[in-house]
Amino acid sequence: MPSSQKNVKPWFAVREPLSQKRATCLTFLSFLMPILIWSAFSYLPFLWHPKVEITQPGSVTWLQPGTLIDKAIFKEQQILAEKNNTALPEGKPANPVYLPAPHEVVVAFYTAFTTEPKRRSEQWLHESLWHSVTIVFWGFFISTLIGVPLGILCGTYSVFNKLFEPFIEFFRYLPAPAFGALAVAILGIYDGPKIAIIFIGTFFQQVLVVANTTRKLDIALLEAALTLGAKNINLLFRVVIPGILPNLFKDLRILLGWAWTYLIVAELIGTSSGITWFITQQARYKNFENVFAAIIMIGIIGLLSDLILATMGKRLFAWENSRGKIA
Amino acid sequence: MTTLNLPSYLDQTDQVKKRFDALKKRDVILDVKKISKKFDSPQGEVEAIKEISFQTHKREFVCVIGPSGCGKSTLIRMLAGLETPSGGEVLLDGKPVSGPGPDRGMVFQGYTLFPWLTVKRNVMFGLEMSGRSKKNAESEARDWIDLVGLSKFENAYPHQLSGGMKQRVAIARALANRPRILLMDEPFGALDAQTRTKMQSNLLDIWKNIDITILFITHDLDEAIFLADRILVLKAHPGEVNEVIEVPVPHPRSPEQMITPEFLATKKRLEELIHEPEEDVPMNLTLMTDKSDSVD
Repeated sequence: MPSSQKNVKPWFAVREPLSQKRATCLTFLSFLMPILIWSAFSYLPFLWHPKVEITQPGSVTWLQPGTLIDKAIFKEQQILAEKNNTALPEGKPANPVYLPAPHEVVVAFYTAFTTEPKRRSEQWLHESLWHSVTIVFWGFFISTLIGVPLGILCGTYSVFNKLFEPFIEFFRYLPAPAFGALAVAILGIYDGPKIAIIFIGTFFQQVLVVANTTRKLDIALLEAALTLGAKNINLLFRVVIPGILPNLFKDLRILLGWAWTYLIVAELIGTSSGITWFITQQARYKNFENVFAAIIMIGIIGLLSDLILATMGKRLFAWENSRGKIA
Repeated sequence: MTTLNLPSYLDQTDQVKKRFDALKKRDVILDVKKISKKFDSPQGEVEAIKEISFQTHKREFVCVIGPSGCGKSTLIRMLAGLETPSGGEVLLDGKPVSGPGPDRGMVFQGYTLFPWLTVKRNVMFGLEMSGRSKKNAESEARDWIDLVGLSKFENAYPHQLSGGMKQRVAIARALANRPRILLMDEPFGALDAQTRTKMQSNLLDIWKNIDITILFITHDLDEAIFLADRILVLKAHPGEVNEVIEVPVPHPRSPEQMITPEFLATKKRLEELIHEPEEDVPMNLTLMTDKSDSVD
């Protein structure tokens, strides 16, 4: 076969899956690209770098090594020094303090776990993180405990649908943080109101999403069950629930992500705590590399938990995927 | 074109006639009395089915055929209890039925096996619903799976089976409940031609071996003639019984019979009944090729 006829699949083919190798490569690239852009802005002095970090104050008395000043002001001082024939200040291009370089964040990532808290009343980073995880867990857990059964009922019986969904439809438009003050008044200043905010942010969406998933169950399966003699409670427990489980699981994965997005607001309510407390504290000290590290940590926890759930789903619902027929 | 010299579809050999006489003497299982169905639509009330009446006798195989829109599916869904008739009644063993129940098994056109249950658990479903113990249901389910030849696959999930196998399991699942009648709504419609022929023979074999009456909906003329004792031919708008044909093809049936004179005569009659000239819109063809390339 001539080489020009070689069966090379095009990269851009509408709705064609990519080969495993290409897919892995692109996944890697999707993480690498933002890191590369970040690195470029951090390590290439001619890219952006609007500040100057002073290395030699020269004759300028108010400058000190390490001070960050605007490029324009630095230029002014240089010209001034030249005119007066005094020692020139020296410096190198630098980024504002709020954009730490990748390596600084990596170091911060490590030291954040190994540095003792400044005061005894303060928590280690992993303690803060764990506290955040428990807040999300309880908010999501309580929401799921009520929301999933209610959603399934709404999706199965018109009575529940008409009784609950209109109000929930209204309530879900109310921003969860708006209930912060109320939650504190009712539940105190510690974890109670935080869990409540996560609950409010998750629950109302959850009922509607689960109800919708339930309604999407193929009606033919229910009809088949009816002709086989299934009734009422059996239809619900033997057909509806097992039938929607895989999609329900997917819904919960997405909703868990939403619960996480309410975390930061929730933790600002009452006494600041958890990872949010860490972030605000570090931002106050202008330790932005720590802020970056903490934000990335939240992302990693989210991604990891989702990956674990996705693998679990594949295991649990093996009957769903259509790979390999045995006949 | 030569015309085949076909006998009338009404001609029956003595053997066939005897068979029908015996059949008509058997008990009536399903007695459909003037059922009709009206739907509300934006254009007002639409009569989908108008006063259809017929009976099926014990162990009879009845096919229902008709042009599209004649309400075949609506009819069978009413018999299954999945839709409520607007008028008339359905009697099973002389007792009126309302709502779905395990006394009328149903096999659907789409695949309706529960994807989360194995073949065995699917067949056990109805048995468990009727309150059988798990052990009891399991051994019974095994017998039915064996009957449709899928013992090797009893622990497979539906997604691992071919279309034909899925429908075999669906048949086993419906039969496991020991229904009085098996309602089949174009069950082989989604299968390829070879599988379909095989499934038809399989179905006849099953029917021969167990005590079951079958009502089978199809739009495939060959399928109807091959399977049925009698064919209920419907017409559309509204759906009404056009004619009931006693199929003159003798039993036992085999695919070779599809080219016998009585088979073809029946098919010709069905084609006459189902063909609707008013639906033919002529095409506007002009010759767009060289005359020397004529294909005639």
